[in-house]
Amino acid sequence: MTLLTRIHPNLLMAGVGVFCLLVVATFIILILKKLSPDKNYTELVLRIKSWWMMAGAFLFVLLIGETASIVFFSLLSFLALKEFFSLIPTRRADRRTLFWAYLSIPFQYYWVSIGWYGMFIIFIPIYVFLFLPFRLVLSKETSGFLKSASAIHWGVMTMVFCLSHQVYLLALPDANNPNGGSAALLLFLVFLTEGNDIMQYIWGKLFGKKKIVPSISPNKTIVGFVGASITIVLFSYLLAPLLTPLSVIHSLIIGLIVSCAGFIGDIVVSAIKRDLQVKDTGSFIPGHGGILDRVDSLIYTAPIFFHFIRYFYY
Amino acid sequence: MIKKLFFLLIAKPFILFFIGLNRRGGALPKKGPAIIVANHNSHLDTIVLLSLFPLKLISLVRPIAAADYFLSNKWVSWFSSKVIGIIPISRNRSNPKLDPLESCYQALERNEILILFPEGSRGNPEQRTALKKGIGHMAKKYLTVPIVPVFLYGLGKSLPKGDFVPIPFFCDVVVGQAKYGKNDINQFIEELESDFISLAEKTNARTLGF
Repeated sequence: MTLLTRIHPNLLMAGVGVFCLLVVATFIILILKKLSPDKNYTELVLRIKSWWMMAGAFLFVLLIGETASIVFFSLLSFLALKEFFSLIPTRRADRRTLFWAYLSIPFQYYWVSIGWYGMFIIFIPIYVFLFLPFRLVLSKETSGFLKSASAIHWGVMTMVFCLSHQVYLLALPDANNPNGGSAALLLFLVFLTEGNDIMQYIWGKLFGKKKIVPSISPNKTIVGFVGASITIVLFSYLLAPLLTPLSVIHSLIIGLIVSCAGFIGDIVVSAIKRDLQVKDTGSFIPGHGGILDRVDSLIYTAPIFFHFIRYFYY
Repeated sequence: MIKKLFFLLIAKPFILFFIGLNRRGGALPKKGPAIIVANHNSHLDTIVLLSLFPLKLISLVRPIAAADYFLSNKWVSWFSSKVIGIIPISRNRSNPKLDPLESCYQALERNEILILFPEGSRGNPEQRTALKKGIGHMAKKYLTVPIVPVFLYGLGKSLPKGDFVPIPFFCDVVVGQAKYGKNDINQFIEELESDFISLAEKTNARTLGF
């Protein structure tokens, strides 16, 4: 009971909303299956199942509290970084440096937990950035040095630094957002970003013909991108008064920014997959592929959303 | 008992969280006798293969390991025999009359599941080496025992030979179709070799040397 009273009613309402959306999506799949039983819906069914798991886990930790969320997101960073390091070619001489790169995760999320913004924002871009090449030097292997140093740091920047911005939303003071506190901001960001991915998929499947960047991602269509942008701007406009302190004009801008940034994050990870000649980054999430396939948009949307809202409202 | 506890409390959680497996392909045998053959790049290979089995079966699963290495000192020897449950075999034939695989035959007669690395040694990280003939002899002697090839990729990156600190990497485990022994040992080895190559193609192991 104490838990329920502690949770802001708006946040609870949004959680129930997500639950209802999943129920509707599940029913649509069941109806589709009934209408045309000869078609293969295995991938779609797997995707929905995984969405239930992911949304369930996310909402659960969000409602439990800040510490649970920080642990959850540090674990997500760890899995994403591990997937990235498993994908890229690494040299044996990189092993100890990779160990230190992983070690940046507990530190970065610790800064979040104590709300030390100054350290949070410079730790990886400065200290880790300067330390990793030094550790690489100690391995005394110069062939492929620049490639390793760049790739390892790129991994830490994206999977740890960028993704950790999501949870720093929780460390922002609740008082600045009377509509649901800081947890509502995180829910708003994740909902818009993942919604954008889903909307691109749905609009693209239904009406998409012309591809935007066929050399990088065969699934991205112009209709998918534009349709998703309009939908997300609308979502942002409707949800912002419920979950955020954003003004009307800011909510429209944020909708557009999240939609575009999410798209860019998606194709950046696609370009890496193309470069490495893999289709999926892994098989961790049934129907979706790997963790990277799921967090690719968040890599871009999280820091941009965070700094927008921090600049204007905190 | 100690083996079950080790796998339940230490090995399985470690592999689930720290390593992370992408498992593909068919099923592992649910009862003995059977032989699992895998490529070998890391000490983790044995632990990962064992952890793929349910706890109920785990005491029946016996990795074949070199006596000169795994029984070399008191601690390693205790861990190898009590926790992992290896079947030690001698790499140098001191007595030519004695079949070095005799203890393996006895295990198969007891309906146990053997794990064998036909490459012999771990070798360089993520490099395959030629298969040794021992598995061919064993398969020829037990024509009805299923032999399941398993290809492992990534564990050699996680803990290569000569290193003692494991680094987290997702690893691929591809379980192949069960096959049976042949009277022609060379032909059997060749087939096994090509099985491994086709299993390797299902992973990201493009850089592998054969």
